[in-house]
Amino acid sequence: MRFLEFDTLTEILSTMRENKLRTFLTGFAVAWGIFMLIILLGSGNGLKNGVTSNFNDRASNTMMLWSGRTTMPYKGLKAYRKIKLTNDHLPYLKNHFSEIDKISGQVDRSSTITFGNESGIFQVYGVQPDYQIISNMVFSTGNGRFLNVRDMELERKVIVLSKKVAKDLFKEINPVGNYVKVDGLPFQVIGVDMKTSFDNEAKCYMPMYTAQKLYNLGTEVYNINISVRGLISKDENDAFGQKMREALGRELIIHPDDLNTIGLWNQASDYVQTMAIFSTIDLFVLFIGICTLIAGIVGVGNIMVITVKERTREFGIRKALGATPGNILSSILLESIVITSLFGYLGMMFGIGLLEIINLGINSGQKAGADGERSFTVFTNPSVDINVVLIATAILILAGLIAGYIPARKAVRIKPIEAMRAE
Amino acid sequence: MIRLSTINKTYPGIQPLHVLKGINLNIAEGEFVSIMGASGSGKSTMLNILGILDDYDTGSYYLNGTLIKNLTEKRAAEYRNQMIGFIFQSFNLINFKNALENVALPLYYQGVSRKKRQIKSMEYLDMMGLKDWWHHFPNELSGGQKQRIAIARALISNPKVILADEPTGALDSVTTEEVMQVLSDVNATGITMIIVTHEKSVADKTNRIIHLRDGIIESDSINSHAISRI
Repeated sequence: MRFLEFDTLTEILSTMRENKLRTFLTGFAVAWGIFMLIILLGSGNGLKNGVTSNFNDRASNTMMLWSGRTTMPYKGLKAYRKIKLTNDHLPYLKNHFSEIDKISGQVDRSSTITFGNESGIFQVYGVQPDYQIISNMVFSTGNGRFLNVRDMELERKVIVLSKKVAKDLFKEINPVGNYVKVDGLPFQVIGVDMKTSFDNEAKCYMPMYTAQKLYNLGTEVYNINISVRGLISKDENDAFGQKMREALGRELIIHPDDLNTIGLWNQASDYVQTMAIFSTIDLFVLFIGICTLIAGIVGVGNIMVITVKERTREFGIRKALGATPGNILSSILLESIVITSLFGYLGMMFGIGLLEIINLGINSGQKAGADGERSFTVFTNPSVDINVVLIATAILILAGLIAGYIPARKAVRIKPIEAMRAE
Repeated sequence: MIRLSTINKTYPGIQPLHVLKGINLNIAEGEFVSIMGASGSGKSTMLNILGILDDYDTGSYYLNGTLIKNLTEKRAAEYRNQMIGFIFQSFNLINFKNALENVALPLYYQGVSRKKRQIKSMEYLDMMGLKDWWHHFPNELSGGQKQRIAIARALISNPKVILADEPTGALDSVTTEEVMQVLSDVNATGITMIIVTHEKSVADKTNRIIHLRDGIIESDSINSHAISRI
């Protein structure tokens, strides 16, 4: 019966042509459902990608501590005392809290950095090797490396430049291996951080001990940067931040009610909270998507019911001429499948096409900015998981099949004579 | 060709309707028969049963030697397709198919290839004098033309019996005359022809007239008028 397959298809196409409006309406319900689903999911993902990309400047699980002045007298010590974090606090924290993954002290100053005839005033950071991971730095081949433990121990006069500094001072030359002067002292460039950050900072990094010597800071540490592990919820992150402050408060003899002396920036907590918001948005988008699909299914079902009613007489004629119930049933169902697949595919193409156009617009908008610079974005790469789309289309086709089957079964039972007399 | 013995049919309901009350009828091959009766006499039900479009309760119906009883829908469709050609009052052509496609439809359900269907359908259209109209849609044709297309469609599967339900009901007297001539010509080729009608003038063209009344055969007579005319 091979030849029947092509014939069946031409039969279906001829009935579809006959009922252009009906076919269009059914198809539109399906195409619209899929289209909206893709746009919704794509927008949700775009928003998520956009906002999370702003976190990428630092690893998402980081915190920063710094110190200020006390406001209360405590244990015989006066109020308004200046609190200093020192080198010793780093191993103290690391040893007391297993939640700490990476830790790096930080001191910073502005310095004049010179290479040949080029010079500029840049922010110089004295940091430790872990800072590379905390700050999400990128070193590709040919760009050298970040500071290591030996650089620290030997208090080497080495420096790592950010992309911007490297470009300002060296133009087209590869800075790695060359010497720059930092406030007149020669430092060897060992690496260039190729990370693209949204504020495009002009920063340099040298070993912390070297910086403390250079700027005459003794053992003082301005900030302590850490990354944490194993903390899942916002509450856990917040509680951990507070625990660290309490511990440092005891070490530094600060009144327990005066812990604001120790500043804390808890990005991990912010990140977790943002992600929680996004999973809610995801759920919401999915909910709306499913509702849209249901609307499509109801549309298909409705139109199939009308279709079958309209064609009752035709089915009666076909039955009288020798069509079996199976013939009739399969022609209705096949028509339903052909319409839903065809228009589902169209909706998919339009949806993905629109997302691609939006994506293109965003990318060229970013390219228009200064090279390497990136502005704060809320919308990036609005893509959809193709599997989700395929599953949605499959569900629609299946639903169309079921929606067609129920009235079709009814149509098949109709007595031909009655059907044909029903004008 | 057709043998009905004590056929009973009751439509169930709150008040069951006993429509056919023990019908006995034999129709030989090549007969030209008309069934007459007022509405409610049971002639439509009888046509449904003869056309294997409806089942009966008791009795037996042999069509061309085959017992037609408790058939599956699929079997019934097969027998309808192979043994019976239908002609209806309202033509019952499919509006979105042209004349040729309408005529070819029974062959489609037989699984005949497209090319063969077209050749054969063209032959039958030619036979009805409508060869030049093959690409016209039903709404572009006159009543007489539509009925001739319906006749071509009924003939294309080489049926044993043609069942015509008020074939001239929607036609004017001139066209009625024409269509009856076609049917009589078809009968002359040896195909059994059964016409259900309430028009005396139509029945008069047939060789045997059966009157139904309240579910029983009231009279069954040879139409000497028609026979003498032949």
